[in-house]
Amino acid sequence: MTAGILAFGAYIPRLRLQRQAIAAANSWFNPALKGLAKGERAICNWDEDTVTMAVEAARDCLTGIDRKTVRGLQFASTSFPFRDRLNAGIVAEALDIASHVAALDVTASQRAATSALLNALIGGGPTLLIASEKRRAKAASPYEMTTGDGAAAVLVGEGPAIARLVGSASRTADFVDHYRTDDQPFDYQWEERWIRDEGYMKLVPPVISEALSRAGLQPSDITHFIMPGTLPRIAGTIAKAAGLPETSVRDNLQAQLGETGVAHPLMLLGHTLEQAKTGDLVLVVGFGQGADAIILEVTAELAKLPARAGVKGHLARRKEEASYNRYLAINDLVEIERGMRSEVDKQTPLSSLWRNRALLTSFIGGECTKCGTVQIPKSNICVNPNCNAMHTQVPHAFADKAGRINSFTADRLTFSPSPPACYGMVQFDGGGRMMLDFTDVDAEALEVGQPMRMMFRIKDHDTQRGFTRYFWKAAPAPISSKES
Amino acid sequence: MASGIKDKVAILGMGCSKFGERWDKEADDLMVEAYEEALADAGIETKQINAAWLSTAIEDQHVGKSGVPLAIALRLPYIPVTRVENYCASGTEAFRGAVYAVASGAADIALAMGVEKLKDTGYGGLPQRSRGVLNSMSWANFSAPGSFAQLAAAYRAKNGTSPGELKRAMAQISVKSHDNGAKNPKAHLRNKINIDTVMGAPTIAEPLGLYDCCGVSDGAACAIVTTPEIAKSLGKHDIVSVKALQLSVSNGQEASHNSWDGSHFVTTRTASKRAYTEAGIEDPRKELSLIEVHDCFSITELVTMEDLFISKEGGAVKDILDGFYNADGGVPCQIDGGLKCFGHPIGASGLRMIYEIYLQMLGRAGPRQRQDEPRLGLTHNLGGFPHQNVCSISIIGRYGV
Repeated sequence: MTAGILAFGAYIPRLRLQRQAIAAANSWFNPALKGLAKGERAICNWDEDTVTMAVEAARDCLTGIDRKTVRGLQFASTSFPFRDRLNAGIVAEALDIASHVAALDVTASQRAATSALLNALIGGGPTLLIASEKRRAKAASPYEMTTGDGAAAVLVGEGPAIARLVGSASRTADFVDHYRTDDQPFDYQWEERWIRDEGYMKLVPPVISEALSRAGLQPSDITHFIMPGTLPRIAGTIAKAAGLPETSVRDNLQAQLGETGVAHPLMLLGHTLEQAKTGDLVLVVGFGQGADAIILEVTAELAKLPARAGVKGHLARRKEEASYNRYLAINDLVEIERGMRSEVDKQTPLSSLWRNRALLTSFIGGECTKCGTVQIPKSNICVNPNCNAMHTQVPHAFADKAGRINSFTADRLTFSPSPPACYGMVQFDGGGRMMLDFTDVDAEALEVGQPMRMMFRIKDHDTQRGFTRYFWKAAPAPISSKES
Repeated sequence: MASGIKDKVAILGMGCSKFGERWDKEADDLMVEAYEEALADAGIETKQINAAWLSTAIEDQHVGKSGVPLAIALRLPYIPVTRVENYCASGTEAFRGAVYAVASGAADIALAMGVEKLKDTGYGGLPQRSRGVLNSMSWANFSAPGSFAQLAAAYRAKNGTSPGELKRAMAQISVKSHDNGAKNPKAHLRNKINIDTVMGAPTIAEPLGLYDCCGVSDGAACAIVTTPEIAKSLGKHDIVSVKALQLSVSNGQEASHNSWDGSHFVTTRTASKRAYTEAGIEDPRKELSLIEVHDCFSITELVTMEDLFISKEGGAVKDILDGFYNADGGVPCQIDGGLKCFGHPIGASGLRMIYEIYLQMLGRAGPRQRQDEPRLGLTHNLGGFPHQNVCSISIIGRYGV
């Protein structure tokens, strides 16, 4: 078995709901929430979902990697926007790798990502595994406090691995600590103490022991122990039971992020790899209707991986959200008066979406082979007034280009789920421009010349027909170097 | 080189409905209101009209498509009737159709009617509507104010104007238009305001506040045109004629090519140059008696003063604050209140502007009459968005000038 992890990446939404705001709104009903009212959790902006976060985590993961080498894409989540439309397919198109990858959605368990990781480690060509979760919790529930939104990705395959698989074990058990059926928007949970004592404590330690024994390791050999979960202190308790060093227990990022569900094992793995040294042994556990235990050994290749935002960079890219009401509104947890301007029919002609997928999903424009002018959208006749050549354009990718604001506004008239709607003309370095929606901006801080980068986001929802439309938007750049 | 339209066509009669929230009127009521005035002014009967053009921009809110609604409203006797749409330049397009029909000899007398019934949406501002299949998936979520507001950011960046200074000049534009609109019985908004009202109003799209935006109105305007010879034969002595009609349409260069700085209208600069040549105007600042421009937003009017080559580049702020464009200034702009106060029923707006220039040329503008005897007037429409738009210019004046 030579496969290992070749690269990692992460994405965390910029908005951080202050837990104090949740408690302030809901502790009249549930005073116990005050005890959880510390720190912050990541929440999606109105135009983010598991798909958009997956795209960002994948782009981060693929930093410095030739995308043409990717052969497979697996996308793990229990909060996919589409139940019958390949969510991994949207991600593949957005990454412009769709034409040469086999893509697959993996779902229905909180350990979907670790199980998919094991599968990827066993199987062939470079597989991009992305896990993304947008947590949906009832108002005033402890879950609302302890969960978070986010995505993480790893590229798995043979070659110069940054971490190689040294052992693993799995066990499946129909232990129902929580569930969500087809017609229910929210999880239904059982008592935490039972989940801990009968679930985690009885199911996880044996799987860890088995993985260690298969790898020929002692518990004390483990450098980093990754044990996601919303239960307080669960990782430390399991470490003790399994004989793992107390110092190996990784921070579960509860204070800054919250538990990101399916994405969390990979999120914590990324966070660990940002600090790990050659030879470190990393134990990753995924829990949900059983458990997966995966032991990885960090190699010298890790230090050679090109810089990326990762978990650390995205944690630093943050904006405090103190408005619990806005959180409720942008997550459709309260029926808010959106006004008549929101009623415009958004029916998407699926034939047009397919025909224009290069522009709409991959953000590909054109380059004139005669004069070299680049433009988006691509057109039959070159936009350069000194050229105007016909049928000379070849595809030219814009998604990873840097741009600058040429003009802007903050609009309070047009309908936006989170007004004001900010948008403007963005001029790309090396040519090309487009009037684009902005996202993750502070309206009062916009200025002409401001550097921007492109992000894959929700453009709008067809609320009549339940369809989500995605497109690319401009967000302040850079995402990491200055902020992290 | 084409010889142009100068003095080939005369305006025989014009009419304009009251603009505003005409809750009790349908579009055909508004058309008839404008038509009755135009017909009486022209001194002709319906059967003398050989061809007609109807302009509406948001027809799905009221009359629907085709020339049929105009033919029905006026009971036109089975003559050619064509509906035109070219964003906010639609009214001038209808006029262009009628004028060219007369100039070509295809019609002796032609009619242009613009109408819009916009107040049946249930909300303020322009109706929110579909932009086309692909556009709705790729265009930014921009509104009219939001797209025009960006002129301000680009204008400030280009000229080094401070936000406060620019906002003050924009406010003066609206104050002036309200002063003028107060004297116009057909205007939608007739209240006077002051700079503090404008500066303190709620923001619509940064930096445009409520008073930087024009009214959205119901209304209709109508022109009947013929040759100067026929006009004379019908007993007209003071003849007002068409000096220039120009149109310039964006080809996507501003939107996709980095040669445009975002602070001005490429189309207005192109169309106005051609119009001045067609009308034989060398120095518009000296030769134009008054202008009616597309002040959909205060910042649009501000940059248009430079795009028409009346203020020098970067000089609009000073001219505006100096009162050069006031009713008693060098070149009065929006002497009837403009889109800002007369109102903006889109399909009618271009014709409403021509109506005002026509009245001013004949000395029939009542309390708002330009004091120095007017000789040449310019109208200007912009449709669409600064990065892709339609600009129409007409120059109207006394016959023979």
